[in-house]
Amino acid sequence: MSHILVAKDVTKQFGSHTALKNVSLEIPKNSIYGLLGPNGAGKTTLIRIINQITYPDQGSVYFDGELLKSEHIAQIGYLPEERGLYKSMKVGEQALYLAQLKGLSKDEAKKRLKYWFERLEIGDWWNKKIQELSKGMAQKIQFVVTVLHEPKLLIFDEPFSGFDPINANIIKEQILSLKEKGTSIIFSTHRMESVEELCEYIALIHKSEKILDGRLSDIKKAYKNNIFKIGLETDNQEELVREMQDKFDVLAQEYNSIEKQLNITVQLPSNQSSEILSFLGSRANVNGFVETIPSANDIFIKTIQNKNLDNE
Amino acid sequence: MNKLPLIIKREYIAKVRNKSFVVMTFLSPFLMVGMILLIAYLTQLNDNDKKVIGVLNDSSYFSNEFVTSEATSYINFKDISLAAAKDSTLSLGFYGLIYLPDEPNLEQVAQRAFFYSKDAPSATILDKLENSITGRLRQERLREMGLSPKEYAEMDRRYNINIETFDGNQNIKGINEIKAIIGGAFGYLIMMFIIIYGGFVMRSVIEEKTSRIIEVIISSVKPFHLMMGKIIGTSLAGITQFAIWIVSGAMLLFIGLAIFDIDPASLTKGSGMTPGVANGANVDVDALTQNIQLYAQEIFDLPIFAMLFFFIVYFVLGYLIYSSIYAAIGAAVDNETDTQQFIFPVILPLMLAIYVGFFSVFSNPNGPIAVAFSLFPLTSPIVMLMRLPWGIGEGGVPVWQLITSILILIGTFIGIVWVAAKIYRVGILMYGKKPSYKELYKWLKYSS
Repeated sequence: MSHILVAKDVTKQFGSHTALKNVSLEIPKNSIYGLLGPNGAGKTTLIRIINQITYPDQGSVYFDGELLKSEHIAQIGYLPEERGLYKSMKVGEQALYLAQLKGLSKDEAKKRLKYWFERLEIGDWWNKKIQELSKGMAQKIQFVVTVLHEPKLLIFDEPFSGFDPINANIIKEQILSLKEKGTSIIFSTHRMESVEELCEYIALIHKSEKILDGRLSDIKKAYKNNIFKIGLETDNQEELVREMQDKFDVLAQEYNSIEKQLNITVQLPSNQSSEILSFLGSRANVNGFVETIPSANDIFIKTIQNKNLDNE
Repeated sequence: MNKLPLIIKREYIAKVRNKSFVVMTFLSPFLMVGMILLIAYLTQLNDNDKKVIGVLNDSSYFSNEFVTSEATSYINFKDISLAAAKDSTLSLGFYGLIYLPDEPNLEQVAQRAFFYSKDAPSATILDKLENSITGRLRQERLREMGLSPKEYAEMDRRYNINIETFDGNQNIKGINEIKAIIGGAFGYLIMMFIIIYGGFVMRSVIEEKTSRIIEVIISSVKPFHLMMGKIIGTSLAGITQFAIWIVSGAMLLFIGLAIFDIDPASLTKGSGMTPGVANGANVDVDALTQNIQLYAQEIFDLPIFAMLFFFIVYFVLGYLIYSSIYAAIGAAVDNETDTQQFIFPVILPLMLAIYVGFFSVFSNPNGPIAVAFSLFPLTSPIVMLMRLPWGIGEGGVPVWQLITSILILIGTFIGIVWVAAKIYRVGILMYGKKPSYKELYKWLKYSS
């Protein structure tokens, strides 16, 4: 598989502070790649290096197979976390200016802006000043400006901050449709629920180092620990619980008296689900049998906690 | 690279469309002209305010001394007592009363003479009275030594020294003042432009920081291009403003002078610029026109084109140096209130240059202080321009000094822009804390 962006052993210092330490990443084409990490981990520095706002002290970055160079700026769209627009400039003029800075001609920029403004139903804002718009409205303009030059790689740093749920959803749909059209997307956030929804791949950066990366489903598989949740219907629940505690590693149990259901959480040695099923089959009705998959949030917290423990 | 014109254009338009800029551009000429007209009017008013002084002359001397002139008129009291004269002076609202008692000889009259006034009298009036009396005393003393009044008049004729330079050009008094005014105007213009438009550059950088658009922009263009585009765009807006001011100001001034019927010559009178003309009452007409021709000749002989050329060179370099510093300051801070500690050291050399110019360069254009400050890069744009009206080469600024000064300025320009660009590119992405000088120094060492 080819990659839109490859970083090799990227290191960046600011004075005595190391912002990135030997970070290597491979971002596949046409995917949404989640760049995760706590505040101050080095995500923004990495993104700034990709945007050539700053340059690595060591290591190299390749864009679409070539060593990153200034011509690539026109191929990248960046929505920074710290974002804003000229407050006293009119929406249309401002969008045209920013599009031209990305290398679009004025006519082309105008055409595409018209398309996007119609698509997001904001056409009548053209002659308004930014200071007359609400924060969410300005964010929409900002989004349009970011994607207008149809870059191969889009980088969104916390794209949903400042949006209400309805507009956040509109933007999410636009991001997904851009991906459908073949754009590769780097998505930096610490809001894990949007990671679950959008990202195919993730990388976790912590204290200037990459501590985890790969396909999200693979990572989840690696992080699952054979814990199952079982819903049972039985007349003799107390005895069943006792028997199960003898045979298996029961982590928790509770009885829901309304649904008349016994819920048991059990840790199994790997791949022994058939054994417990046959054991239960003769004793109770099995209403539910689910392996608990860790959420991205769990993985995030667990990995970082482990890392911190290792360091101590 | 082709993005620089785009940035310049945006900065220019953003500045020119700004409401306060438009208001200032169109209001300032009216304010300036209004002020000039007011000054002219007040000067005329002042001239018209004649002082009336009563004279009680009981002596047998001073019959011709106190004659009504342009600025003062004298009213003679006759055959009344001093007390009555004082009362009349006061009730008639005169400025004061000069009393000359009846004494046997002039010396004693002078010794016993008094000037009475309501408040402490003005120095000008006292001077005048004292001069009149001193003149009479001199005449009397000389007469006692055997000099006839005719001989005395002959003796008192004023003398004007002839001036010539070593290479034989005829020179006239007051030309140095003209040169100083021209040089001072150039220097002052540069200082004002730097302070005003450097401030604009700084505020524009701060605006980009506070509106958080900066990161969006520098993901498309290099910070250096953004900084230079901003500096150039803002200065073009400034030049536009100056051009509008000069054109409309000149027009308004002419219109104003025509409407209020003010003689432009009355504005220059008394400024010390044309002493020969000012006390021209006893200079004959031929000499006067000759003088005027000489002045015209001298002004014409000033190295106008060289001065304009070097004005542009020093203006551009000086402005670029200072506005890059202003841009770096804007990048280093988060809001305008934090700029004070950095701005003062920037304005200091500018003020110094102006003061050195006025107090040292004009009296000694080629003295060591003038030379030193016209070589030092942060003051040279102002000080060198103040020296230039005295010519280039022989008798004026030596060519080596001019070249050295420009070379130092160019070197400084490169160095300062490099430093400023470094601070700028680190600073624009820094939020939250007000940096110290130590911190700024640390930024210089960051690799890009």
